[in-house]
Formats: sequence, structure tokens, C-alpha cells
Amino acid sequence: MARLPASGSPAVPRPGPGRARLEPAQGSGQGFWALAWYRFRHHKVALAGAAVVLVLVLVTLLAGPIAPYRFEDIDLTARLRSPSWRHLLGTDTIGHDVFTRLLYAGRVSLLVGFSAAVAAASAGILIGATAGFYGGWLDNVLMRITDVSLALPDLPILIVLSKYLGGSVAGIVFVISLFAWRGVARLVRGEVLKLRGQEFADAARALGATDLRILARHLVPNTLAPVIVAATLIVGGAILTEAALSFLGIGIQPPVPSWGNMLQNAQDFILSAPRRRPQGRSGPPAQALGHRAGSRDA
Amino acid sequence: MADPLLSVRNLKTYFYTDEGVVRAVDGLSYDLHRGETLGIVGESGSGKSVHALSVMRLIPTPPGKIVDGQILFEGRDLLKLSDEQMRRIRGNRIAMVFQEPMTSLNPVLTIGEQIAEAIILHQHLDKRAAWTRAAEMLERVKIPLARQRVKDYPHQFSGGMRQRVMIAMALSCNPSVLIADEPTTALDVTIQAQIIELMRELQRDFGTSIIMITHNLGVVAEMCDNVVVMYAGRPIETTTIKRIFQEPKHPYTWGLLHSVPKLYERRERLIPIEGQPPSLIDLPPGCSFAPRCPFAMEICVQADPPDFPVGPTHTAKCYLYSDKATEKEKKAAAAAGLAASSLSGS
Repeated sequence: MARLPASGSPAVPRPGPGRARLEPAQGSGQGFWALAWYRFRHHKVALAGAAVVLVLVLVTLLAGPIAPYRFEDIDLTARLRSPSWRHLLGTDTIGHDVFTRLLYAGRVSLLVGFSAAVAAASAGILIGATAGFYGGWLDNVLMRITDVSLALPDLPILIVLSKYLGGSVAGIVFVISLFAWRGVARLVRGEVLKLRGQEFADAARALGATDLRILARHLVPNTLAPVIVAATLIVGGAILTEAALSFLGIGIQPPVPSWGNMLQNAQDFILSAPRRRPQGRSGPPAQALGHRAGSRDA
Repeated sequence: MADPLLSVRNLKTYFYTDEGVVRAVDGLSYDLHRGETLGIVGESGSGKSVHALSVMRLIPTPPGKIVDGQILFEGRDLLKLSDEQMRRIRGNRIAMVFQEPMTSLNPVLTIGEQIAEAIILHQHLDKRAAWTRAAEMLERVKIPLARQRVKDYPHQFSGGMRQRVMIAMALSCNPSVLIADEPTTALDVTIQAQIIELMRELQRDFGTSIIMITHNLGVVAEMCDNVVVMYAGRPIETTTIKRIFQEPKHPYTWGLLHSVPKLYERRERLIPIEGQPPSLIDLPPGCSFAPRCPFAMEICVQADPPDFPVGPTHTAKCYLYSDKATEKEKKAAAAAGLAASSLSGS
């Protein structure tokens, strides 16, 4: 978001000679984005949320340079150490540096979160838009599938599926998005149902546009605002689900670290050595913050 | 006269609803010649707009269906074309301007993108060329600073400006026929006049034939060459612009002329047409206007009148012009017709 020039103009720029030099692609977005950026800058909570997300993303992306060790490095002579200058957040049962693993785990968690959101939103848009646009029996079939899948209990099925598909990041993303597309599908279906009756859809058809074009170019873009909100919530949800699965030992498998499997590793010492479970303290708050900030960001 | 560009023959569009069959358009016929402007006049629910959507083949099916008739465009029956062939005609050869300019544009696309869309679809220009053409079209419809405003979004335009954009979109592929469905109804009176003027000018430049759908006889007088007056899905009087005002023949047309307010004439009150238009679901067997017609005769409630020729290029769907009417009834009707025509003294 910082790549946009902070023009400081409080409203949509008036058309004037100054706008003539803008390229079409840039100019077409400017009014809207400038306004959005202006509002955003004046929304303190949003800014705070964005800052948290930004720090999280930066820190995890830069895990390589920042982390003092490699995440798979083991120091068997220094197991279960308390935080010290050598190991900022201590070490775990087999001598991994917790700080290092926390950074890399964040990378995995964010990757899972965003990929699942993108996958789920895409599937949801595809299914919802098809159902809403064509209506009739197709709509009925697709929406009944959605309803049935909404009625199934998520966690047991997630656990069973993860048993077979889990372990890898791609597998986890697939399993999680299998349960996250439904809300988006319903949302998009409702919006498309409403929009397809509007005059601009008729006007596009009167111009000779195909169904696909009307859907992709005229209807779906108009549904994006709520979809983006829903997708941001999915990011948070997916991170938590991934953590839950990994905590149960069926998500991301060690040695690849994730906030969930780190917690699992730490749970044995939660009472006996609370100081040595820094991951237990910093993991969930980080997720919760990321989640919050993520949603505010929208 | 040369072959008509667009010839509608006995068009019937019905809607199958739970309450019964709605005969929205029930036997409409007319010819549209090159460069001509044809007015289709009628009150709300007379089937004007449904007819327009039928010509574009945009009737939602179900519940609607074109059950009978022909729509001959350059000799081809549009009703027999495949969806793909029809798609290539829409926007390209026959374009349409809708009534509501505020909702006819997509709020998330710039108007340049929307005008360019039709150009890219039909003329296969690349993006840059289409964009240039979009800006040209915007200039043609007299939007100030057109070259900059192509990048603006619909919400940055007023209603009248948006209707100009719609016209630019419709004319961007230089169609032979432009169907304008109440293009000025949603606009201020002053803007209406500008839009009418613009359409007339563009018609001169582009040579487009226009089907002007309106309930506004003023718009008809300004723009049209020929007129079809519709009532309850049927054409009840078809003639030239001159004759509709000077020698109107159908009692419904007289009623319409009586209910037009006049600027330079002090009339105590307008004379509305008594009663309501009939439900299109179960039309009476006779003339659909008979229940409201002050000249209704016995025959009128028994059988639907055919078109009677009442002059050169002038037909009226009314038994007053048959041998069923007595001399006395014909005289009374002639007087009423004269009274109605005198209203349009301009």
C-alpha cells in the first residue's frame, strides 16, 4: 500500500489538465485508490493493524538474514535452555533455537493462511458465480452441495483428511480451503443473483457480450468488496486451523516448523517449566494479532 | 420504396406466469427504413419495452417467450439466428440505449473501458486503438475534456452525461439500428432537449435508423418520421408524424393528445383517459380499448378490430372506419378527431 504516492489530495481528483499525462492504467485506478489510501491513513486502528501485519510479513520473509541459526539446526548439548543472549527465546526438547523456528514457522503459517484464502476465495467465486448466474437446477445442485458441506462437522473431517493429505504445506492448504470456500460461494452467489438483474448487465448483453464476459468482467468485480473481507477472515481462520492440526500432530510435520507443531512440542512443559515455553506465549498472540490486523486491513 | 431495414411482422411475446399468460406484445408489425426514426408510443405496460427486448432477443426465457412472428433485419429473420450469430448483431448492427442511465453503467469499470468493450468485441481492434476510439466517441457525444474523462468512473458523471456515455457506447460500432428505450424519461427537461438534439445530430452524421420508444408525444414530434401507437401489446394506429398530429384517427390517440400539457395554451385542465389499461392476462375478446372508449359500439366488445386503412400510409385498428359504424357515429368521431388535432396546433 505504501507504493502509492501520498498525494494528500483529500477527495477524488477533479478532471483537469494535470490528469492528462497519466497513463490509462494508472489513471483508471487513481481516483479510487487515492481516496481509499486517504481514508486508510486517517484510520488509526487500521494503521496499527497494518503495521503489525507488515512487521510480521517482513520478519518472516527476512527470516533468513534475521535468524541466528538454521531452523533445522540442533544443538544436543543445549536442550531446553531458558532465554539467553545465545538463544533469544531458549531452545526446545532437542535443542532447536526457538526464536529461529518461530520466524520460519511464521513464514509457513502466513503462507498457509494466504494460499488457503486465495484458493478458497477462487473456488468460492467460481462456484458461487456459476450458481447465481445460471440459476435453475445448476444453482440448486451447487447450493445443496454447499449446504451439505456446511452441515458437516469440520474438525473430524479435517483430521481424517489431514491424515492422508497433510504433512506438506500444499496438502494442508488444500484441506483447509476445502472447508473455507463455502462462505465465499454463498456470498458471491447472492451478489451475482442481485447484480445480474441490474441494467448494466442487460446493457452489456445488449452490446453483444458473452455470458462468460458478463460474469467475469461485469458481475464478479462488483462482488469483490465483500469477498475481500471474507478472504481476510479466511487468512486468520486458516492460520488457526493449521496451528490446530499441527498441534494435533497431523499438520505440518517436523522438522519444518509451524506455530502449531511448536506448541505441541512445548505442551509437556507448560506447567513444569513455563519460562521454557516462550513459543506458547508468543505463538498464539502473534496469530491473534495477525488475524485481527488482517481483518482490519480490509 | 426500398426494402425496409428492419421489418417486424406479427410479433408476439408472451410471459408465462403463475397467474396466467401475459400477452405483453400481441401482434406488432412495422417497417423501419434506412435513416428513418420510428416512434413507438404508448403508456406504461403497453409492450413498448418488451418489444425492444424482443428485437434484441434479450427476453428472459423462461418466463418470456417469443411465440410467433418474424423480425427481418436486412432480410434475415433474427428469430432464426443462433445465439452466437445474434451476439454478433447485438451492439454491432443493432444497439440499444436504456432508460435508466444511473444503473446502466458498470460502477467498477471506467467509462473508457466500457465503451472500448463493444469496440473490442465487434471490431477486433487492439486495446490502444479501441481506447482511442472510445475517446473519440466521447467527444462525439460532447463530453467536455473527453480525453481525460475516459478514465473516470460512472459515479463521476451526472445523469445526462451518463446517457451521453450510453449513446457513445451504443454508437461506437456504428450500428444500422439504434433502439432507444425511453432515453430521456429519467432526465431533467432541459437535459432531455439536449439529448434529443444530440441524437438527431448523430443520426445525421452516422445515418443510423432509430426506434424511439417513448410515452412522450413531445419527443415524438421532435424526432420521429413515423409513429406506431401501441395499446395493450397491440399497434392501434400507424402513420406518419404529420398525420398523427393533424389527422389522428384512433380514439386512444385522441385521448393521448388530450392529456398532453401545452405551454402556450390556457387549458382549465387536462382530459385524462378514463379508466385503467386492461390486465394483459385475460384480455376481453373485443378491442382492448373498448372499455375505456367513448365511441365504443356493440361490435367493439365482440371482436378485435383489424387494421383499417384510413389514408395513405395510415392505418387504425378501429371499427369506426369500417362499415359497421353508422354515419352518425362516424360524424361524431370525425369531430372528436378534429378537436384532438387542434390541440397540437404547433
